[in-house]
Amino acid sequence: MALPSYTETRYRIWHYIYIAICTFVFFFLIAPLFVIFPLSFNAEEFLVFSEGMKNLDPDAFSLRWYKDMIYGTKNPWGLAAKNSFIIAIFATIGSIILGTLAALGLSSRHMPYKGIIMATLISPMIVPLIISGVAIFFFMAKVGLAATHTGIVLAHIILGTPFVVITVTATLSGFDHSVTRAAASLGSNPVNTFMKITLPLILPGVISGGLFAFVTSFDEVVVVLFLAGLENTTIPIQMWTGLREQLSPTILAVATCLIILSTLILISAELLRRRSERLRGINR
Amino acid sequence: MSSETKQILTTDGIPLEVSLKKAEKKNKIKAFLLVAPLLLFLIITYVFPIGEMFSRSIDDKMITNMLPKTFKEMEKWDGQELPPEEVFTAFYYDFKVLVDKQEHGKLGQRLNKEKNGFNSITKKLFRQVKRKKIDESTSIKEQIMKVHKRWRNVEYWQAIKRTAPPYTMSKYLKGMDMYYAADGSITQVEEDRRIHRILWLRTLEIAFFVTLFCFLMGYPIAHLLATLPMKYSNLLMICVLLPFWTSLLVRTASWMILLQQQGVVNDFFVLIGLVADDNRPEMMYNKVGTYVAMTQILLPFMVLPLYSVMKTISPSLMRAGKSLGGTPFVAFWKVYFPLTIPGIGAGCLLVFILAIGYYITPALVGGASGTLISNQIAFHMKQTLDWSFASAMGLMLLSGVLIIYWIYNKLVGVDNIKLG
Repeated sequence: MALPSYTETRYRIWHYIYIAICTFVFFFLIAPLFVIFPLSFNAEEFLVFSEGMKNLDPDAFSLRWYKDMIYGTKNPWGLAAKNSFIIAIFATIGSIILGTLAALGLSSRHMPYKGIIMATLISPMIVPLIISGVAIFFFMAKVGLAATHTGIVLAHIILGTPFVVITVTATLSGFDHSVTRAAASLGSNPVNTFMKITLPLILPGVISGGLFAFVTSFDEVVVVLFLAGLENTTIPIQMWTGLREQLSPTILAVATCLIILSTLILISAELLRRRSERLRGINR
Repeated sequence: MSSETKQILTTDGIPLEVSLKKAEKKNKIKAFLLVAPLLLFLIITYVFPIGEMFSRSIDDKMITNMLPKTFKEMEKWDGQELPPEEVFTAFYYDFKVLVDKQEHGKLGQRLNKEKNGFNSITKKLFRQVKRKKIDESTSIKEQIMKVHKRWRNVEYWQAIKRTAPPYTMSKYLKGMDMYYAADGSITQVEEDRRIHRILWLRTLEIAFFVTLFCFLMGYPIAHLLATLPMKYSNLLMICVLLPFWTSLLVRTASWMILLQQQGVVNDFFVLIGLVADDNRPEMMYNKVGTYVAMTQILLPFMVLPLYSVMKTISPSLMRAGKSLGGTPFVAFWKVYFPLTIPGIGAGCLLVFILAIGYYITPALVGGASGTLISNQIAFHMKQTLDWSFASAMGLMLLSGVLIIYWIYNKLVGVDNIKLG
């Protein structure tokens, strides 16, 4: 953002203030994530930078909290991680199937009552989680699914589908419907057309919606707090309990792993977004 | 005229109009069938349960079912003076059934909420009934009135009459720090016990200021991201997207580390001499912590809609404004800013909606003075187990959110929400 040489001094000053503000905001956004990394290698059990760490003394750093995370006695993280992944994977699959079907229907121009139906399908994203939590808990308790994996998976499908509906509808908005008609006119049945033509074209949208659903489920704590029993503990539940009760650096080791995971997800989401933008560019 | 015009027929001999309508109807059904699984799933598991929250929040059938005969007799009573013999008799027989079912304790507790002192007099009456001291052949009214002097007090009978309707709005009134007084009028609780009103106001205040801070911080960086060349802006975009994709609890945890008294932020303040080392300010477990953490966590939701709107504004507009004699400020204020208003609306409403229902972050860093209405709902769901009150509070919050959602839908349209 170089300024042209004829810029007056006062605008020059304003420009630098603007850059300074932006730098501060970017720092504010990203810096908190980086405080986790060094502290997770702390040799002591306090969540502050020790004198040794400030002097970069190698003895002040250790992997003990990572060891504790993996091998620790009465270790809750193994079970929590297993549960989190199982629940998130099934919730993602459910969200993708229901959400994609709904998005296909919604982007048809024959769809009746589009506005109100769309608003209903998106509502779990808008309604405060605490209210969703209470409502879903009442339902699951009534049908006897509280404190079961099935109940949590169903709850996360509710929360995850809006993301799939939104991303797939967005992808379908640039979709050229004449290709499916061409397939039909060449004698392909609807299922075949969907699998061979539509799905490959909207796949980036489906996968990025699926990523959102996965992260929503993997990170969800409010609803699970109502639904989970001891057997259904998840990573967010363990972190929540840890942050409320005994604040140990093991949590930071877990948090570091989660940041790495979210970086991977961010990279795949970005790649997908670019790919789908490219595809849409071709369609136009 | 139209009847003379020859109808266009399809090859099957059916009028084209009819055939077209049939095809359209078929397409409509097809589209609807695709949406149906999700819609049905959501209606059963989500929309109905929210409706059930409503019936739970106004439900007051317990006493109505416990004292059916009494309420039937009470219909004839004007409620001014002590009820007639029939009411006492009906109450006695209802009470006897409850004693047999061992539910008289529940009745006492529930009536005690309506008027203090019921618990002890129902217990007294229970002992008399249990020992079969009450002679059913003479006036039951006289005997009940002898059990305790409060049974002679008309106010207690009025309190029973008030519990007759199977539905009550009292939970909603409680949520606004009001209650039904003895004469049935709506009264405010004493000044120093109005905790819920403080919470509602605080929730609105925090949501408002978090939205404001997000806007003030998000606008400049969204502008920078939209005007920088692609290769730089993609790199900077990571700073917005990485927090967006990172677990909420991880981000809250990092703020807990940063804001603690021996934390990095306080270290920095001491280093630059802003505060004394032995006088480090408390920045967590109060409003400050809630503000800082919530602003950082919700900032991406402001930046992303702003960015997508700003991206569509052509830079030549600003140049045109300047070339027509406007200073950069005038050009910005008169040309650029009005064009970004849709993005501002979308971002602010989104952040406000999310902030107003926030639960996790305030619970962890908010302490007592930084908690919101959601925390109160969770408290009643888990600790006091007053689920009908939690439902009532939840629905009050929900109605506020739905109004904003409706405005959002009118202004932005839910199908225009962009993610990432």
